[in-house]
Amino acid sequence: MSNANTKVKEPLFHVVKRIGMPTWQSWLIRIVSVVFALIICGVITVLMTGENPLQVYATIIKGAVGTERRIWSLAQNTAILLCVSLAVTPAFKMKFWNIGAEGQVLIGGLATTWCMLNFGDKLPNWLLIIVLLVVSIVSAALWAVIPAFFKARWNTNETLFTLMMNYIAIQIVSYYVLIHSNPKGSGFIGVINPNTEAGWLPKLFGQQYMINILIVIFLTVFMYIYLKYNKHGYELSVVGESENTARYIGINVKKVIIRTMILSGAICGIAGFLLVSGTDHTITRDTAGGRGFTAIMVSWLAKFNPIYMILTSLLIVFLQRGAGEISTVFNLNQSFSEIITGIIIFFIIGSEFFVNYSIKFREKEGK
Amino acid sequence: MLIAFLQRAVLQGIPLLFGSTGEILTEKSGNLNLGTAGVMYVGGISGVIGSFLYEQSHTDLNAFWAIFIPILCCLFGSLVMGLIYSFLTVTLRANQNVTGLALTTFGVGFGNFFGGSLIKLTKSDVPSITLSRTSLFFNKSLPFASNLGWFGKVFLSYSFLTYVAIAIALIMTFYLNKTRSGLNLKAVGENSATADAAGINVYRYKYFSTCIGSMVAGLGGLYYVMDYASGIWSNDAFGDRGWLAIALVIFAIWRPNMSIIGSILFGGLFIVHNYIPNLSMGDQELFQMLPYVVTIIVLIVISMRKRRENQPPACLGLNYFREDR
Repeated sequence: MSNANTKVKEPLFHVVKRIGMPTWQSWLIRIVSVVFALIICGVITVLMTGENPLQVYATIIKGAVGTERRIWSLAQNTAILLCVSLAVTPAFKMKFWNIGAEGQVLIGGLATTWCMLNFGDKLPNWLLIIVLLVVSIVSAALWAVIPAFFKARWNTNETLFTLMMNYIAIQIVSYYVLIHSNPKGSGFIGVINPNTEAGWLPKLFGQQYMINILIVIFLTVFMYIYLKYNKHGYELSVVGESENTARYIGINVKKVIIRTMILSGAICGIAGFLLVSGTDHTITRDTAGGRGFTAIMVSWLAKFNPIYMILTSLLIVFLQRGAGEISTVFNLNQSFSEIITGIIIFFIIGSEFFVNYSIKFREKEGK
Repeated sequence: MLIAFLQRAVLQGIPLLFGSTGEILTEKSGNLNLGTAGVMYVGGISGVIGSFLYEQSHTDLNAFWAIFIPILCCLFGSLVMGLIYSFLTVTLRANQNVTGLALTTFGVGFGNFFGGSLIKLTKSDVPSITLSRTSLFFNKSLPFASNLGWFGKVFLSYSFLTYVAIAIALIMTFYLNKTRSGLNLKAVGENSATADAAGINVYRYKYFSTCIGSMVAGLGGLYYVMDYASGIWSNDAFGDRGWLAIALVIFAIWRPNMSIIGSILFGGLFIVHNYIPNLSMGDQELFQMLPYVVTIIVLIVISMRKRRENQPPACLGLNYFREDR
C-alpha cells in the first residue's frame, strides 16, 4: 500500500465536519463557552478594579434584577431586542443579510412620531394607537422592501445596501428631530403629548411595559409558527438553503424575497412603534440604539429559532445591564459593558466551531 | 474658498481612504469585515495610549519617537483586531457578518472605555485628551508648500500620513493587479476552492490580507486623531466614519486607486453643507446623507450593468472549508 517515495507527512490534526450532534451536547458546549467568557470577563474586571470576583458577579446580578423596577426594565429591553431579532430572523433564514434593521426600526418610530404629533389631539386614543401601529408597519415595510426589490431584480448585494439604508434613516430622523424640535432650537423633540398622553400605549395591570411585552410574546409565537408550520416559512428556508433547488421545485424566488422582507420590515416597524409609543414617547437618532445590530447576533446565536431567541436576547440584555452596573459601582467607564458583550459574543461565536466540526488527531504510525 | 474646501475635504477623506484601502484588501480575500469601524477605533485609541504614555514620561519629545510610538501602537492594536477576526472566521469558520458586528461593538467599546479612562487620569475639565505636542509632529507639512500658491495649498500642504495613505492605495493597486501574489489573493476571493486546487494556501492568504488590511484601516483612526482632530481624542467623535469607509469600498468598486478620488469626494460630500450658505440645521443633516445615497446608487448601477470586472469578489462573505462541496 504505502509508497516509500511519495511519503507525505500527515499533519498533526485535521478538521472534519460533524454530522448531527445531540442537542443536549451542543447546548452544553454553548453553555460552557458562556461560562468561560464570564470567567474571562470576571478576571478582566478584577484586574481593572481589584475587587473580589464574587462581588463582581453579585454586582452584575444586582444591576440586572436587583429591584422590581430593574426587573421590569430588563423585561422591557429584552422584549424590544427580541422584537427586532424576530424581525431579522426570516430574512436571515433566507440568507438575505438584512443588517438594516436599525434603519427600519427608526423609520417605524419616525412614522409613529409623525402621527402622534399630527393626530395627537384629533383622534380618540384607541383609534390613534391603531393608526400608529398600521402606519409604522407600512412605512417600515416599504423601507425594507427597497433593498429586497433590487436584490430580487438585479441581485444587488443586500448586506451593503441595507447597511447604507441605516445611515440614510438616521439622517432623516435627525432632520425631522431638528425641524420639529420642542422647544424650538433645542435639537430634541422632547416627550410628545405629555399632558394628554395621546398615542401612548396605556398601562396594563399597572405596569407601563406590560403591553409591549405581551405584543412581543405574541410575535414570538407567531414567528415560531410561521417559520415552522407555514408554507411561507418552508419556502424561505428552501431559498436560503439553495436558490437553485427552490427554482427547480417551482418556488418563485423573487416573490419569496420580497414577501419575506416585507414581513421583516413590518416587525421592525412594530419595534419602532413600541419604542416610541410604548417606551420613550419621543424619538432621537439613537432611539434604535444599536439594537438592529445586536439583534443580528441574538438571532444567529439562537440558530434562528424564535423560542431560543428569548434566552439569547435575555442573556445579552442581562449582561449589558449588569456590566453597566459594574461600571457605575466600581467607577469605570460606561463603555465597559460593550467590551464585556463583545468578549462574550466572541466566545459564543467561536464555540459554534466545536458544535459543527471536530478535530481528528493524527493516528499512530504503522496502522 | 474653493481651496479651503478642498483642503478640508482631503482632511475628511484620508481616514476613509485608509479604512477603505484596508477593507478592499480584506474583501479581496473574500472576508467581509464589518468590524472596520471597530478596528479604526482601536487603531486610534492604541495610538493615543502610546503617545499619551510617551508624552507623560518625557518632557522633551524626540520627533522620531513621537511619531514612531503611536504608529507602532496603532498597528499593533489593529493587528490584534484583525487576528481576532481572522481566527474566528478563517480558523473557526464563524459567520462573518456576526463576527464583524461583534468586533465593532467590542472595538467601539474598547476605544471609548480607554478613552474615558485616560480622560479620567488627566483629571481635565473637558471630556477629551489633548495630545497637541505629538500632533504637532504629525502635522508637519513641507516647509515650502505655502510658497507655491494654490498649487502648494491643494497638493503639498498636508501631513506626511496623507501621502502615506495615497502611497498605500497606489501600492495596493499595483499589488492587486501586477504581482503574482496579488492575483492569487484575488483568486482566493473569487473562488476559494479553485484557488486551493491550484495550490494557493487559502487560509494563509485570508489571514494575511485581513490582518494587513486591519492595520491599514487602523492607521485611519490614528490619522483622524492626530491630523484631523489635532491630537484631541474625545469619545464617539470618530462617529460613523468606519461605516463610511465600507461604503467607499463599494463606491470605488473594489479598486484602491479609485478610492483615492472617492475618499476626497466623500470627504467633500461630508462637509459640503458647511459651504452652502443659508442652510438650516435640518438641511445640514439631510446633506450628510449624501455619501450614503451616492453609494447606494453606485451599488445599484454596478449590479444592473453586470460588468464582470465591477462585481464584488464572488466569495465575499463566505468562509472556505476544503471538505465542503
